[in-house]
Amino acid sequence: MIRTLSKSIREYKMPSILSPVFVAMEVVFECIIPLVMASLIDHMNGSSMKPILYDGLILIGLSMCSLFCGRMAAIEAAKASCGFAKNLRFDMFSNIQSFSFQDIDKFSTSSLVTRMTTDVTNVQNAYGQIIRGLVRAPLMIIFSIVMALGINARMSLIFIFILPVLAFVLIGITLIVHPIFVRIFHKYDAMNDSVQENVNGIRVVKSFVREDYEINKFDKRSEDIRVDFTRVEKILAINMPVMTLAIDLAMLLVSMIGSNIIIKSHAADLTTGELSSLITYGIQILVSMMMVSMVFVMVIISEESAHRIAEVLEYKSTLTSPQNGIKEVADGDIEFDHVSFSYSKKAKKNALSDISLHIPSGSTLGIIGGTGSSKSTMIQLISRLYDATEGSVKVGGIDVRDYDLDSLRDQVSVVLQKNVLFSGTIIDNMRWGDPAAGIDEIKHACALAQADKFINQMPKGYETYIERGGSNVSGGQKQRLCIARAILKKPKVLIFDDSTSAVDTKTDALIRKGLNDAIPDTTKIIIAQRISSVQDCDRIIVLDKGRIAESGTHDELIRKNGIYREIFESQTGKEAEA
Amino acid sequence: MTKKNEGTMKKGTSKRLLKYISAHYKFHLIIVFICIILSGISATAATVFLQKLIDDCITPGIKNGMSSVAGKMTLYLISMAVIYLIGVLSSFIFTRIMATVTQGTLKDLRNDMFNHMETLPIRYFDTHAHGDIMSTYTNDTDAIRQMIGQSAPMILQSLLSIAAIIVMMLSYSLILSLVVAVFIFLIMYVSRKYSLHSAKYMMKQQESLAREEGFVEEMIEGSRVIKVFVHEKKTIKDFSDINEDLFRDSNEANRSGNILMPIVSNIGNLMYVMIAFIGAIMAFSRSTNIGFAGIGIMTAGIIISFLGAARQLSQTIGQISMQVPLIAMAMAGAERVFALLDEEPEEDEGYVTLVNSVEKSDGSISEVPESTGHWAWKHYHKNDGTTTYTKLAGDIQMEHVDFGYNSDKQILYDISLYAKPGQKIAFVGATGAGKTTITNLINRFYDIPDGKIRYDGININKIKKPDLRRSLGIVLQDVNLFTGTVMDNIRYGNLNATDQECIEAAKLANADDFITRLPDGYDTMLTDNGSELSQGQRQLISIARAAVADPPVMILDEATSSIDTRTEALVQKGMDNLMKGRTVFVIAHRLSTVRNSDAIMVLDHGRIIERGTHDQLIDRHGVYYQLYTGAFELE
Repeated sequence: MIRTLSKSIREYKMPSILSPVFVAMEVVFECIIPLVMASLIDHMNGSSMKPILYDGLILIGLSMCSLFCGRMAAIEAAKASCGFAKNLRFDMFSNIQSFSFQDIDKFSTSSLVTRMTTDVTNVQNAYGQIIRGLVRAPLMIIFSIVMALGINARMSLIFIFILPVLAFVLIGITLIVHPIFVRIFHKYDAMNDSVQENVNGIRVVKSFVREDYEINKFDKRSEDIRVDFTRVEKILAINMPVMTLAIDLAMLLVSMIGSNIIIKSHAADLTTGELSSLITYGIQILVSMMMVSMVFVMVIISEESAHRIAEVLEYKSTLTSPQNGIKEVADGDIEFDHVSFSYSKKAKKNALSDISLHIPSGSTLGIIGGTGSSKSTMIQLISRLYDATEGSVKVGGIDVRDYDLDSLRDQVSVVLQKNVLFSGTIIDNMRWGDPAAGIDEIKHACALAQADKFINQMPKGYETYIERGGSNVSGGQKQRLCIARAILKKPKVLIFDDSTSAVDTKTDALIRKGLNDAIPDTTKIIIAQRISSVQDCDRIIVLDKGRIAESGTHDELIRKNGIYREIFESQTGKEAEA
Repeated sequence: MTKKNEGTMKKGTSKRLLKYISAHYKFHLIIVFICIILSGISATAATVFLQKLIDDCITPGIKNGMSSVAGKMTLYLISMAVIYLIGVLSSFIFTRIMATVTQGTLKDLRNDMFNHMETLPIRYFDTHAHGDIMSTYTNDTDAIRQMIGQSAPMILQSLLSIAAIIVMMLSYSLILSLVVAVFIFLIMYVSRKYSLHSAKYMMKQQESLAREEGFVEEMIEGSRVIKVFVHEKKTIKDFSDINEDLFRDSNEANRSGNILMPIVSNIGNLMYVMIAFIGAIMAFSRSTNIGFAGIGIMTAGIIISFLGAARQLSQTIGQISMQVPLIAMAMAGAERVFALLDEEPEEDEGYVTLVNSVEKSDGSISEVPESTGHWAWKHYHKNDGTTTYTKLAGDIQMEHVDFGYNSDKQILYDISLYAKPGQKIAFVGATGAGKTTITNLINRFYDIPDGKIRYDGININKIKKPDLRRSLGIVLQDVNLFTGTVMDNIRYGNLNATDQECIEAAKLANADDFITRLPDGYDTMLTDNGSELSQGQRQLISIARAAVADPPVMILDEATSSIDTRTEALVQKGMDNLMKGRTVFVIAHRLSTVRNSDAIMVLDHGRIIERGTHDQLIDRHGVYYQLYTGAFELE
């Protein structure tokens, strides 16, 4: 896990190394400073100004050095931790872009977002602490002990004895707290789900008058968190007093034994100034210990986050582009050869079973079938949004898995059922289809998709800003914009996945007619609920429970007296004239 | 310094937060306050005693031998031990109490936010980014947690120590205190500059983080489109830009925050040296020293004590300055939390309620406490003090309704319609014609100023909103399911429904078939808005959910749009059963769905342009006819 994460340090390796180096130097200065201070105090009892001036100037010099190192360490540490976080986010996002839908479903959108934000922030903070605190604290302890030993070895033993006891307690507490923290994270997720569902489903909540029910549900989750968090904080509350107790005890012992030594030896074995320094070092040792424990807690908290980040980074997409994949798609000829597909190995039933079908280049195919008959699944195999479990899908006579993924998807354009517009102007959205498209081209595509009329009616026309998710255009308008966007790609295969469901029949017909005239050589596949959307196709297949149940032209299928005819009658409300 | 900073944030916010905490935890806070004072005093007292130990015992002890000071020394050491113990105990007590207070307050805040959120009008949710609302519960409350639990007690404690140290300094020497004052001013000036800079960028960082979060969410949700258009590289590039902004802000914030401590502590060192210089000059020239403790000659002892205090002072100030950016962030968070709490809740001036009733043989209706399966509107008339009961029948009238979501854009013009109990009324029209808006008005998701809509003859503005909504069932095009089992989700319509009733409802909606084929049948867990199911399957569950609720009026807004016509035909039989005896409003694009309605309203740009039964409208050869034959477009 650490290795995966550390790959993202990259150009911030230098700051990551410089920062601890500067911290170490800063610590050295900080440890020398009390020494000079002690000497200065001892000179106070003398009668000459000179040594005081001398010590003072040294102190100022040391202070400047310490300031310089501290500043550098601060700058480098900020750069290192923020840069590391930046790279982590970038690497995660890039990897997510290669995820197949199954992969995204596996993680869920909200989880991926949390991993990229909250979790990275946690790791970033921990990283900053590690390169500064985890260097600083142990160094401080070591230097301070060395210094204390130099002053008076016997008395320093007090610190050396208290230290491990303290370490034991602090580590013990951290270990107890860790599993509770992990549990709290999960409870936070549950609470966030509750909020999210209510925010998104507020219409349902309100129309069923379930406010109180939801409030109770939320209260339970909120209370759960409170109980656990309070417990953790109460346990952690022991940290500070234990710490202070240890410091106090050490101080008392040092003062007691120290004063004894000073008095008995008449300030020969130990001076008053040295006693003050000892106490300063003692405090420094114990405060550093506290810092170690704080960093420790932080690292442990972020461990869960680091784990979640590594999971995303290490995840290999189930669907990858072949090396040296073919870049040219010859034509829009499509062939399904005994294709079966299931979404997961565990699934009992195949979503698609033994589909064999040939769609000649330039022809139109209509697909019709019930909810859950796997219509969308079938066409998503063509542009390799999923891979067939068995059998093969060929485009232009070549297995789709042999194509360079980007080239394939460039040539096979799908207007999705759950389609999305992005925040930006209409033109921005259109250029998704073709980044180089000129305004005339865009207007032409929009006209083909019957979107030009309503765009022209908008105050800003093609410069109209589309809100996130396309919330400021109607469902039918959104669908037509999506169709225009797909047309701009000038693909060899154009697939409409129930993408005119919110468009009225007349417009629907106009769109189809326009496309047939404008791009006759493109293979067109139309998935629809409405018979009227597919009845003019060269061939229509009826999918039922993942199999091709019927196949033929409209007239042939009507004569067959099967599912198709049944659907036709259910939609037109009249007996078909066979 | 900190006080000033908090002052510039927003005065009201910190005061309000304090009020909020003390509302439930006044007693706790008093104890915490006392404990903090005690621990602050003990920390200062301990240093005083240490100094006294040196001055009163060790120094004379060196001269006169151990025996002369032994008694005094023991006394001092014991006093120190007692003071330490008090300090440790009080800090233990207050951190523990603060755990309760912090977490309790956070829970109260979350609950208040959620409770309040549930009362907000639909308009609020329609006009606020959902991600922003979410982050109030997570990022903002988390920032507040850090402040209440850690920063605030720490600052209070530090301020107390500072006060004690300053008193101590003043008692030692006024002149040296003056030196300190100059340096404190310098420290405050510098740390104010840095901490404000840091705070500013911390807030900026929070904004960039939110922006990045929004971008990532949009791009992951739209990943199908990205893939279909092979836009991965472009997307990564766009992301990179946003990511760079976030890096810049967080780097800036962290840098200023990190630098603060070395700067403050080294200015502290400088101060130390200056005090030593000035003090030594004074001591060697035997100058007079004036302190609150008395007037005398400047001695080495005074300088040494003073130096100790000065060191402590600069460290304490350093600690405070580290907390300033965190406090700024918490205050910004608290502001957002309070903004949510201050949103105007949905108004409900209704007083007509829905009650269980029995109908006597003479036709009069009376209220009963137990469930009878019959309902009545209980209507209290203010002017004559009488109460009447009206049978819940499901009669809806709209008279000349005009409406716009904003005052500058009218959506509906002069809509009038009558729906008799048991009738099926359909709305047909292009998206944006105002079909959904009409249903938003019936269940009062949005209010019209005038009482132009009547339910069983009662102005709906007089009906209590929960009761009104309970009498209306609704199935929307965008289905929202909740985390829980399929059974839980169906039962959402009526919490008292038995398993059997839920299954019956599922059968009615033709959902039983696919549900039983799910891995765990009705006990299958649904998460993430039921993303495991297809859109059509989710619509079927939502129909079952409405069926369980059993309301006299149903609104079906594109309820079957994702269900194929064949399945719809199957559901239709169930739906027909479901609709029997109910008033139903149907919105559909698919004309086959609305054909058997009692009345079809054709809407265009917010006006009803045609109305009648299917046959009447066909005979009329108007817009509906053209639409039906595919010869006309409604836009």
